[in-house]
Amino acid sequence: MLELKSIDAGYGTFQALFGVSLDVKAGEAVGVIGPNGAGKTTLMRVISGLIRPRAGSISMEGTDILKTPEHRIVSLGIAHVPENRRLFPRLTVEDNLKMGAFMPEARARFAERLEFVFDLFPRMKERRHQMAGTMSGGEQQMCAIGRALMSDPKLLLLDEPSAGLAPVVVQQVFELVKRIRSGGLTVLIVEQNVQQVLKVVDRAYLLEAGSIRASGSSEEMLANDSIRQAYLGV
Amino acid sequence: MTDIFDIYLLEAMVNGILLGGVLALLALGLNLIFGVIDVTWICYAELVMIGMYGMYYLVQYFGLSYYLAAPITIVMVAALGALLHLLVIAPLLSAPPINQLLATGGVLFVLQSFATVAFGIDFRNLGIRLPVLKFAEMHFSYSRLLAFAAALIGMTLVYFFMKKTYVGTAIRAISQDRQIMALMGVDTRRIYLITSALGGALAGLAACLLVLQYDIHPFVGLSFGPITFLIVVLGGLGNFVGGFVAAFVFAEIISLGGLFSDLEWGYVLAFAFFIVMMFIRPAGLLARRS
Repeated sequence: MLELKSIDAGYGTFQALFGVSLDVKAGEAVGVIGPNGAGKTTLMRVISGLIRPRAGSISMEGTDILKTPEHRIVSLGIAHVPENRRLFPRLTVEDNLKMGAFMPEARARFAERLEFVFDLFPRMKERRHQMAGTMSGGEQQMCAIGRALMSDPKLLLLDEPSAGLAPVVVQQVFELVKRIRSGGLTVLIVEQNVQQVLKVVDRAYLLEAGSIRASGSSEEMLANDSIRQAYLGV
Repeated sequence: MTDIFDIYLLEAMVNGILLGGVLALLALGLNLIFGVIDVTWICYAELVMIGMYGMYYLVQYFGLSYYLAAPITIVMVAALGALLHLLVIAPLLSAPPINQLLATGGVLFVLQSFATVAFGIDFRNLGIRLPVLKFAEMHFSYSRLLAFAAALIGMTLVYFFMKKTYVGTAIRAISQDRQIMALMGVDTRRIYLITSALGGALAGLAACLLVLQYDIHPFVGLSFGPITFLIVVLGGLGNFVGGFVAAFVFAEIISLGGLFSDLEWGYVLAFAFFIVMMFIRPAGLLARRS
């Protein structure tokens, strides 16, 4: 479904990604793990067009993302839940969700998608008229994921969904990712919480210092000695 | 004696509210541009001036009725706002704010000079004199009442546009986090253009209303440009509600100050009030406490 080939990317004179290649097949959940500053967020931003790579190619179901204007990439079926959630704090929950359905294709189905998101997060229905910035971190994460789901994506990009959340809320977020997956959605998730994410995904890539250092099924990654030592503390 | 004084006071207060309506309309237009595009249109009142000349020529030379000329003027000034964005602002979006200020300041002089050359420095008017409403020994001009009502309707329409439509919601969202707008499928350039046209349309509406109260000349923008800026700053740049409140505060100061002395003293008081407020609440009347 999604295919990245030899991506080089960065900001100004700083290069964050070096020849990164990865692919995500329809229906899969794929994780990208690695330490802070490894380039995980840059990878997500390159896929959703927020920054453009210096070299390499990215395609979504055969469409060249690099030739798609950044605001049209969501129409290809890619929805990005950015790092730190990035809700519009002074818009209501419902207006935030409305922004997720901004593209013309999604507007027509707004009511249907809103019901879907409210089914998934009953809490959001209760809080629909509340300013998004006044909610707890966990609720904001739900709202951010809900906003991304409003566009009825094929591929959901999740950037550090557990960051800054209490452990019990982290559990809820990963439960939720499982539920979203079971609905047939393809998921690419970037996480520092290696233990948790490997329970949810089918495969994972290890990204360190801007390069893919290892990849394999979740079981293989869990069995990998260097990953166990560096990220699982065993 | 006291009765008569109270009548004058009441009359001045009502006139202050009527003036506040149009000032609030101007402040809304400027706030919209600043809040969304993060650029200050120094030349905002000059768009109003061009709109007033538009009304003048449409009514006096083409013989259109006022109510036919008004929508044409609004569309024309909206187009001028969009053009200003495309030609001047868009190329400078990532330039330092001082460059943007200087550029729009340059447009101010270009528009004033253009009007001087094209229309001359004569004072002109529409030749429409609306009657004065007498009510309980108070006098209110219909031109002010009409301006107030139309300004309120205009602001209400903008409010519903911002609240109910996708584009309006995007306009509110973009001022909170512009980097992620592309993730929502929003083309920020298009939203900027729509916002500029809307800001222009509000200037056009203000032109249609002010042309009933002011004579038209190339420097007429100076009569309400500076005051609009003070209102917007007093209300907190980009704060729509603050601008609305500040417009009425200013209008009352001008109107009541004019009651106790000359109208000019009303302006002096208003500017003095502004300076004092800048020390007390530099981020605006309704600034959020961080």
